Amino acid sequence: MNKIFEVPMYPYERHADQDAPSPVRHRVIVVGAGPIGLGAAIDLAQQGIEVVVLDDNDKVSFGSRAICFAKRPLEILDRLGCGQPMVDKGVQWNVGKVFFDDREVYNFDLLPEDGHKRPAFINLQQYYFEEYMVNRVFELQAQGAPIEIRGRNKVSAVGTHPDHVTIEVDTPEGSYNLEADWIIACDGAGSPMRSMLGKDFVGRVFEDNFLIADVIMEADFPTERWFWFDPPFNKGQSALLHKQPDGVWRIDLQLGWDIDKEREKRPENVIPRLKAMLGDDVEFELEWVSIYTFQCRRMEQFRHGRVLFAGDAAHQVSPFGARGANSGLQDTDNLCWKLKLVMEGKAPESLLDSYDVERIHGADENILNSSRSTDFITPKSEISRTLRDAVLDLSEHYEFARPLVNSGRLSVPCTYDGSPLNSADALNGPARSRPGSACPDAPLGDGFLLPKLADKFTLLTIDADAPDVLEESGITVERLALSVTDDKTLALKERYLGDAPSGVYLIRPDQHVAARRPNFDENQFRAAVRRATGQE
Amino acid sequence: MSDQLTLSPNIDGADDFYAELLAVHEGLSKEDSDALNARLILVLANQIGNRAILTQALAAAALKPEV
Repeated sequence: MNKIFEVPMYPYERHADQDAPSPVRHRVIVVGAGPIGLGAAIDLAQQGIEVVVLDDNDKVSFGSRAICFAKRPLEILDRLGCGQPMVDKGVQWNVGKVFFDDREVYNFDLLPEDGHKRPAFINLQQYYFEEYMVNRVFELQAQGAPIEIRGRNKVSAVGTHPDHVTIEVDTPEGSYNLEADWIIACDGAGSPMRSMLGKDFVGRVFEDNFLIADVIMEADFPTERWFWFDPPFNKGQSALLHKQPDGVWRIDLQLGWDIDKEREKRPENVIPRLKAMLGDDVEFELEWVSIYTFQCRRMEQFRHGRVLFAGDAAHQVSPFGARGANSGLQDTDNLCWKLKLVMEGKAPESLLDSYDVERIHGADENILNSSRSTDFITPKSEISRTLRDAVLDLSEHYEFARPLVNSGRLSVPCTYDGSPLNSADALNGPARSRPGSACPDAPLGDGFLLPKLADKFTLLTIDADAPDVLEESGITVERLALSVTDDKTLALKERYLGDAPSGVYLIRPDQHVAARRPNFDENQFRAAVRRATGQE
Repeated sequence: MSDQLTLSPNIDGADDFYAELLAVHEGLSKEDSDALNARLILVLANQIGNRAILTQALAAAALKPEV
């Protein structure tokens, strides 16, 4: 049987652009049809902006690759109209176990907070993730949205100009040229776009190899994340076991630096490793095996004129913490509404510089967290191993040491503290919803808050008066009037008011808070709208 | 609680404490002693808790007390 990732989903077809007498100009070209490129394209298309996705491949992700998707990206996917199939298919988990040598030293429960539409995490193979996004593209096409994916269209040259970008595209039937007002480069960690533009990509190399094996087995392991430090079956290294849908288990084994990758990938070498871990009597089938190495690095700037980099093309982290695809989706979430306003002439081009500021802040946070996890998991000196082992030994006996155990700090949304788009916090409210924060979800009767905040500027009033619509400098802000009594669980009050009796929030199209005050003050909120759109 | 690391004598029965510190290492290999020291650092650091004081303690131990 063919695997889903072995069948072309958007096979190459000759396009009229290839026979045009002069290069056809598109409004936005997205390079790369991974999760981030597809996210960008869907976001733009469903807001009416014409977009073409070029992919050097014609299939979804080969193998499971990214498997752990966090709540914030799921909320973004809801906005993009494809969150539900992901959550329906995905495996939810809350419990993690930590093993050291041959013993379990402790276990934890993520104890996700109630009153959110989406779970803290789901595990889902990247090929399903991409399949559901491609399906969403097809659905948008059927509705007449201006979006297309061109398979086996590989960008082979780039030329930048002040008001557009030219590219040369290779196809199975030869090359052709295109122009775009804007390009979003989502072509992965090895980004050819980045190389063709001669941009830097520097950072820290981690000298280690990891074997990923996806195995299909009928095993009675619970739906938990199991992490081993220095286990008997992989002495001196680490190991991870995590469940995916369809009875597929992700096994991740650290191999060290000085290995023969091709040899280690052969089934006759992989299977004994897995048997040592799972036990001789467990029946399993190998679905996919890969060996990866990683670096923690980012581009100095993500915006280069009219070429905007997002996802792994712009920044790369270690896999510990699931901060790759999860942060990439937050890139395009941040970028697309800004690009739309700039393209519509409603905001100055300089608004796009705030994409750099905000997402570089996010990338640095992710690099910091994933580097620290890597340093804990793979100690690089004798003393760092001694201290690491001391933490693990203590964690078995004493609760105090457990917060120091770092097998990955799982992805949470970045708060854009200090962003030039934020207005000063004027509400004595909870820190979690301060300007720059991603809005926390809250229950509203049978529904939830976040779906009401998507794609536009919103004035959220809680027990406060305000006009239903505010027009400022071409930006329309619609009011969402709520009361603390709309949520009997009081989560809305706790997350947005705290001790304050009322609150008014200006919320961006990406569901981040731009400003908040106890009451509606017209001048202050007009200024906040201008500021949030780069006009002040 | 003060945010200032104490660098004046603060241990009652200093000689007794020092003897106890040596005794707990008695008979241990270098590796086991290193591990014990590492655990001790973590236990004591947790007792202190205060991040500012821990930073000063790290600097003091590195013989860079000006930090």
